[in-house]
Amino acid sequence: MCLAFAQDFGVVTACNRGKDMAAEPGEGAFVAFEHVQKSYDGETLVVKDLNLSIGKGEFLTMLGPSGSGKTTCLMMLAGFETATHGEIRLAGRPINNIPPHKRGIGMVFQNYALFPHMTVAENLAFPLEVRKMSRAERDAKVKRALDMVQMGAFGGRRPAQLSGGQQQRIALARALVFDPALVLMDEPLGALDKQLREHMQYEIKHLHESLGITVVYVTHDQSEALTMSDRVAVFNDGVIQQLADPPTLYERPDNSFVAQFIGENNKLHGRVTAIDNGRARVKLDDAAGEVNAMAVCCGAAGEQTMLSIRPERVIVGAGPEQNALAARVDELIYLGDHIRCRMNVAGRDDFIVKIPNSSAHAALRVGVETNVGWLTEDCRALDAA
Amino acid sequence: MSEANAPMLAADGRPLKKSLQRALRAQKLRALLLIAPLLLFILLSFLLPIGDMLFRSVENQIVPDTLPDTVKDLSEWDSESGNLPDEATFQALYFDLFLAAEAKQHSRLGSRLNYERPGISSLFRSTGRRLDDLGEQYQDVFAGFDPSWEDAGFWFRLMSAQGDDDAARDVLGAERNRVAKLTGIDTGGDIGFVPSATMAELLPRTTREYTAFAVYTVKDKNDVVAEEEPWESVYAALGLDLEAADPSAIAAYSGPGAEVLKAAALQAGQLPVIDYRQAMIDIDEGWGQESNWQTLKLYSGEYTNGYLLNAIDMQKTPEGPELKPEKQRIYIKLFLRTMALSLAITFLCFLLGYPIAFLLATLPLRTSNLIMILVLLPFWTSLLVRTASWKILLQQQGIINDLLVWAGIISNSGRLVMINNATGTIIAMTHILLPFMILPLYSVMKTIPPSYMRAARSLGATDWTAFWRVYFPQTVPGMGAGAILVFILSIGYYITPELVGGTSGIFISNRIAYHISTSLNWGLAAALATMLLVVVLALYWIYDKIVGIDNVKLG
Amino acid sequence: MRMRLLLGAAAVVLVPAAAGMAIAQDIPPCEDCADSMTVISWGGAYQTSQQKAYSEPYAAETGTSFTWDESSNEAVAKLRAMFEAGNVTWDLVDVEGPDSQRLCDEGLAMEVDIDEILAPAPDGTPASEDFGDSLINDCFIPQIVFSTTFGYRTDVAAWNGKEPEDLCAVFDLENFPGKRALEKRPKKNLEWALLCDGVTKDELYDVLSTPEGVDRALAKLGTIKDQVVWWSAGAETPQLLADGEVVMGSTYNGRLFSVIEEQHQPVKMLWDWQVFDFDGWIIPADLPEERLNRVLNFLYFATDTQRLADQAKYISYGPARASSQPLVGDHAELGIPMAPHMPTNPDNMGNYLVNNIEWWADHQDDVEARFQVWLTQ
Repeated sequence: MCLAFAQDFGVVTACNRGKDMAAEPGEGAFVAFEHVQKSYDGETLVVKDLNLSIGKGEFLTMLGPSGSGKTTCLMMLAGFETATHGEIRLAGRPINNIPPHKRGIGMVFQNYALFPHMTVAENLAFPLEVRKMSRAERDAKVKRALDMVQMGAFGGRRPAQLSGGQQQRIALARALVFDPALVLMDEPLGALDKQLREHMQYEIKHLHESLGITVVYVTHDQSEALTMSDRVAVFNDGVIQQLADPPTLYERPDNSFVAQFIGENNKLHGRVTAIDNGRARVKLDDAAGEVNAMAVCCGAAGEQTMLSIRPERVIVGAGPEQNALAARVDELIYLGDHIRCRMNVAGRDDFIVKIPNSSAHAALRVGVETNVGWLTEDCRALDAA
Repeated sequence: MSEANAPMLAADGRPLKKSLQRALRAQKLRALLLIAPLLLFILLSFLLPIGDMLFRSVENQIVPDTLPDTVKDLSEWDSESGNLPDEATFQALYFDLFLAAEAKQHSRLGSRLNYERPGISSLFRSTGRRLDDLGEQYQDVFAGFDPSWEDAGFWFRLMSAQGDDDAARDVLGAERNRVAKLTGIDTGGDIGFVPSATMAELLPRTTREYTAFAVYTVKDKNDVVAEEEPWESVYAALGLDLEAADPSAIAAYSGPGAEVLKAAALQAGQLPVIDYRQAMIDIDEGWGQESNWQTLKLYSGEYTNGYLLNAIDMQKTPEGPELKPEKQRIYIKLFLRTMALSLAITFLCFLLGYPIAFLLATLPLRTSNLIMILVLLPFWTSLLVRTASWKILLQQQGIINDLLVWAGIISNSGRLVMINNATGTIIAMTHILLPFMILPLYSVMKTIPPSYMRAARSLGATDWTAFWRVYFPQTVPGMGAGAILVFILSIGYYITPELVGGTSGIFISNRIAYHISTSLNWGLAAALATMLLVVVLALYWIYDKIVGIDNVKLG
Repeated sequence: MRMRLLLGAAAVVLVPAAAGMAIAQDIPPCEDCADSMTVISWGGAYQTSQQKAYSEPYAAETGTSFTWDESSNEAVAKLRAMFEAGNVTWDLVDVEGPDSQRLCDEGLAMEVDIDEILAPAPDGTPASEDFGDSLINDCFIPQIVFSTTFGYRTDVAAWNGKEPEDLCAVFDLENFPGKRALEKRPKKNLEWALLCDGVTKDELYDVLSTPEGVDRALAKLGTIKDQVVWWSAGAETPQLLADGEVVMGSTYNGRLFSVIEEQHQPVKMLWDWQVFDFDGWIIPADLPEERLNRVLNFLYFATDTQRLADQAKYISYGPARASSQPLVGDHAELGIPMAPHMPTNPDNMGNYLVNNIEWWADHQDDVEARFQVWLTQ
């Protein structure tokens, strides 16, 4: 339900980068960034004209490489940074001039930021104490929050006596204990090992679902973003490159940055020769041939473009109607459920094909010459970044 | 199950624990060897001086070393009887003092005892000058008996052992020891003289004094015994010996110089009969004062608690330790003042240092480096220059007073007294010790990530609450380290208090410095320093109990 | 009467400076002598005067190299520590009379026969007679007579044109209000206090020897206690006077001379009841023979009549030899006659005291403690 709600808002893509991004946030948006800009040094913009609406109960992830502006956005929302220009609204109220402690936003920090001189219970009681809650009420809430993260027995310990995962749970519990409507998480799982991280991803997702809170989550890990989010905003260079739900983001990237940042991606460079009915005819560089692709973000005929094909959508031994190109197998990597095959295609030797581990493809050997191709719907002609 | 309780064995069948210990021992030994020179250096340069100080605060060997026989006799004297010590004690005093005066050690003892009783210094000095007279009375009479008594060679023959059987080695050993203790020189080795056992029996006192004379003559003056005329004290000893000798024993003597000795024994009646007590009192009436003897008896042991008692405003009396008269009590007061002022300085350092350390830890590197230079500046300027500038600033005709008068805040006649008192000491020392507070605070603050404060604020705390509840408690280890550093440094400071402290701003260390360099009462200085050490250790212990010493972080 | 010999011939006779020629003759040959010396002195103008008058001409003639160490202030403690460590590196130490007494008592200074080691006066008077009363103990080789006395500012408005004429002005807050600088030691202060409390010079130490006498002196000092700035270094009073922090203060007469004559501050001397002290050399006990020979050779030269008189060209302290007095000439740089600035000038000696070393050696510890207690009250 919230998903549909979120999709009502305009999607900003890098394809119209630099143009007016006036996508009006909906009236009912819970969190809204409106023409927000941020500069630290007065010379360069870290965040460029950000417009973003987040619905109530939504789990929105800000994803991007470091320096893309995602953390700055989060800090502006939390109140630790002030916007250089523009307005941030929370539940319809402008919060630019409200100090952090009055915003009532829960926050989980990268390194947990548990107060080392307090016990776990004291850490959890802290936000309640500063809210002048009675002792009994405090104790009850602390206990409930600890139980919620299955840490009921650890109230008397100091943070330093806990493992990383346990500290993470406590940090989470502390951010939730005072029942904030909005919780911000700044790469909260970055310090955990892979297994624990995946486990915690589910836990956070479940907590989000069961509590109905709004979460704004920052990460640079795309799989984490895809796993947890209702919507993902992909940041680069201070601009949201694409804002969409995970399947859309993966399968229908709006530009070459998103295509490359999310998941694995084969790219082929060429020039558009014609556009017809949303499909582009592209002449590949090095005279490797001419193929068809979906014209997503590729400009007019005659312009350079980059074709994007997901490795699992490549057809090995394709016929001419399937945009076939000559290929030679360079390397085969056995990965159990599938085989990763690196091929030389159109003069590039980094063309990856994922082949399901079935008897049909047992014939592939290094050095074998074959054809690869794709369905036109699976190939997207994007900006030639 | 039973196997689980058996010790784990290593591959070679030995218990695993032992194998591990063996493997680690070699490692530990190597590591120890590596640091051994440094460890030794630290032990020597840190512990030895402290040990020396503790020892000096109770050491009193100079008294028994200088007056060994007197001290022995005095132990039987009842100091509260109202009588002077007996004749034997006075005799012992004469012979002890005579040797001490020859070795020029008597005035040292005088200086030592003068710390306990004013006037004893000149008593010993004047006595030392006039001790010769007493022996000369005997000397003249003996010279009248026979000119041989003035012949160095005759004396040497008379006193020397004829063969090894005849040698009084124990007398020689005892006198070597006596001279060594008195002068501190090495008295071992050949001296070209061995006293005769016959003489030691016949004329015990003479033998002793002559042997002491011989040891001293050879070992300290590098002279030959046989060529030196004995001291006056030897004649005095001979006189006493002849008075007490058994005439038949002397008559039976047949060794070297027998004729002359027998002749002298026969004429013993012509020897002056000297009352040593009266003689000593004639030399200096101080010996007739019971209180001088009481002092001597009180401080006759090899070790004394006198210095330590003195350091806490008490004194030894024949009735036991008691508080000094009020007009002389000073050290307790100074100890308390030192503590109070040091606490004030520590607190001020904290008050000024905390915000500076905070700035250092939070400002961008370039700015904080500049502030750091300013913080360290006091380290780079000479102490005297700094103190002089404080004088120029703070004195009554100084810059601050001038400014205040100019601004009309105070009147010209109401200029503030900010130096040569406790205020001056506090200001100047806070300035000097500030870096010792800032640096540990800074290094601790530097390790506190800004996310703690952010977390606190995001959890709803105001800036002040976030600081007070979250930031401040985490800086406590730095505060602890800074406070300990500043406090301990300041209770030991003396140059600055001396220069700007006037009379109300001086510390106990100033008295220690005074006793080290001016009064030369090193024993009392050591006792005061020992007390200071005890106080510091006590405070450290209290600190550990309250704050916990593992809560202290220097960086 | 103690000062008789020093005063005998204080009349000023100008001697032409033909000393340079004579220097070579004044130095006896030195056999088996070390070629360097470590000399301990006070630093500052005083040490400079010693270098100019003694060591520079001596070094020029003999090639001896001199190392000067400004440790006289703590010479007794340092020398004692050196003896305890068994390594005495000093050859000659400049100390004040009381310190020489301490060192002699402790056996740290060598006893000397003055007539044997020092030159007689030019007229043949033996050195012991020439030095007279300045020979305060068996180890001390005197150089100068200095005095501790008061200086006062001449521009104090509150004094209404009056100027102090005698010592007791120090205790007269009514006529001479303002702060006074006194040394943070009982010595001299107690004597001055008693003198201004009606005790005569003859009974002074009899009174002071009783506890009541000390009380009486402290009580007199108590009348000005809140107006006193206590100093511990001799340089402080001149600075305090120059800054106007105090209106009068005690210090060494040479320091006052330089404030008045060299810095031209509005300050005058109050010679009344100046306290004489001697400053001189001691030789550390048990020096190795070579070093001792060099020290004795140098001392023979440096303490002769002409050299002691020469020193007064550079500093206003009186030579300890009676025979040097007539030779005192003009200041080497200022060109003013030095005789009137000598503490031993009869005009300056209406009333005076001589530091009673013996009494203070006996009572220092006791009285010092009393004084410190009184100070902290």
